[in-house]
Amino acid sequence: MRRPISLYGLTFSLPLLIWQVLFFVFPLLFLVALSFWTVKNFALRPGFDTVNWTTIYGRAVFWQAYGTTLALAAAASVLTTVLAFPAAYAIAFKLSDTARRWAVFLMVIPFFTSYLVRVYSWQIFLSDNGIFNAILGWIGLGPFAMLNTPGATMMGYLTLSYPLVVLLQVFSLTFIDRTLIEAAHNLRCGRLRTVFEVIIPSARTGLVIAALFCFILSFGDFVSPVYLGGGKPTTLSILITDTTKSGQQWPRAAVIALSMIGTLMIVAFTAVTFAYRGKTK
Amino acid sequence: MSAHDPNRNRTVDRGLMIYLVLAYAFVFAPIAASFVFSFNSDRFPSLPLGSFTLDWYRAVADDPLVWSGARNTFIVGVIVGVISTLLGFGAAYTDYRYKFAGKQVYLALALLPPTIPVIILGLAMLAYLSRINLSGNALSVIISHVVVCAPFAMAIIRLRLSQMDPALEPAAWNLGASEWAAMRHVILPFCAPAIFGALFITMALSFDEFAVAWFVSGLNETLPVKVLGFLQGQVSPRINAIGTFVFILSMTLVILAQLLLSRRDARPADEE
Repeated sequence: MRRPISLYGLTFSLPLLIWQVLFFVFPLLFLVALSFWTVKNFALRPGFDTVNWTTIYGRAVFWQAYGTTLALAAAASVLTTVLAFPAAYAIAFKLSDTARRWAVFLMVIPFFTSYLVRVYSWQIFLSDNGIFNAILGWIGLGPFAMLNTPGATMMGYLTLSYPLVVLLQVFSLTFIDRTLIEAAHNLRCGRLRTVFEVIIPSARTGLVIAALFCFILSFGDFVSPVYLGGGKPTTLSILITDTTKSGQQWPRAAVIALSMIGTLMIVAFTAVTFAYRGKTK
Repeated sequence: MSAHDPNRNRTVDRGLMIYLVLAYAFVFAPIAASFVFSFNSDRFPSLPLGSFTLDWYRAVADDPLVWSGARNTFIVGVIVGVISTLLGFGAAYTDYRYKFAGKQVYLALALLPPTIPVIILGLAMLAYLSRINLSGNALSVIISHVVVCAPFAMAIIRLRLSQMDPALEPAAWNLGASEWAAMRHVILPFCAPAIFGALFITMALSFDEFAVAWFVSGLNETLPVKVLGFLQGQVSPRINAIGTFVFILSMTLVILAQLLLSRRDARPADEE
């Protein structure tokens, strides 16, 4: 039973629309305009000047950061997906209903702990006199320099997205038609082969979307590259915070931000196309 | 799940269980370490543990900036929770009840903000809000947080609405209830657990959000922004003390929300 929209309906639908247009769409559009403004004597000057775009795109440091960020985020997506899958598989197929509910609840908890605090905690584990090196010291190894390496950055990305990826994978695995798996078994399809030829293709949409979320989160994160990676190599997010916070060069930061949004849109579009390819829905 | 599957192999199952335990160990190691080291006396935390101490909690409690940060966080979180839940409820109800041209765009606006990296959102918010003279205060943090939190409120409440018998509301109209009366006596009571759930969840989200807040807050720092400041300065176990405190607060809210949301299992659709 649907009725045409009325004052009653507008009371409920308009507030969110107005809020998101005013404070989500407009800021992003303003970012586009801002990228053509200039800065003179620390003050913003409205205008239409492509100087920010040519400056940023003419800098080797931008392209280096771009390549680094893209590579790190792509690596994080692959690594997280691969490391999350056995866990998601175990939760979806090997646990009882009660145990599964608990497992899911436990995976939700990290969302409500401060990411900053967890990253600081990894510093305690990874630093030269930290927990890992202390343990390695007891068996006569090390110390190894683990903090301020790309590996530590990766650990931060995993911390950020692993719980979300596991949950999304569990979600897509539980929706697989069980009869498909049993049919494969009845046809004497081996266990691993069932995973690769039945389960993964059936859950493809969910797996790809999960990896996409990991990519988005890692691509924009500035905490791990700074506090675990030591700021080296520079990522786009570090470039944005530096340009905004110290340089007052908001228009240039806007160029970097828009480049990031553009990249994310291309990646998201490609991933979604791939995820739904061949689906008749 | 067929328990007597000939394809099942105990070794593989055990391997998977061990892997699962390791996965949870990875997820909870930083949380647990933060908790343990918040009571540990060493200035530079490591193994073996020093002695038990409450010094870091005392140091945090004696820092007036932490208190003002906590107060800002709390005020912002409560207001963000209320506004996000109101907006989210409206959007969820709109999606549940109406079909209209451009609904896809409406839903995209309602759900997209959390997928934009916070750093970009932070920059856009800072630039835009300072242009309209709203940046650098608690209001700007509230505005930005609602943008990110409202979609979560909408998703939670929409899920609850999808469990409602779609004939309930028309039945109320047929019995002579006005739209507003049906809303008050049918929809709202049915959604009440999800509404409170959304309220607590969005509050918890706001309590932990630091990136956007860091960009727009100016001098009115929230607690997570304060933590970011500690991280930028010298390393200090005070972060652990604050982290543990905020964790307990957030978890209380989440568990409250969970209790409210899981009541639907106990009483399936009985609020006519």
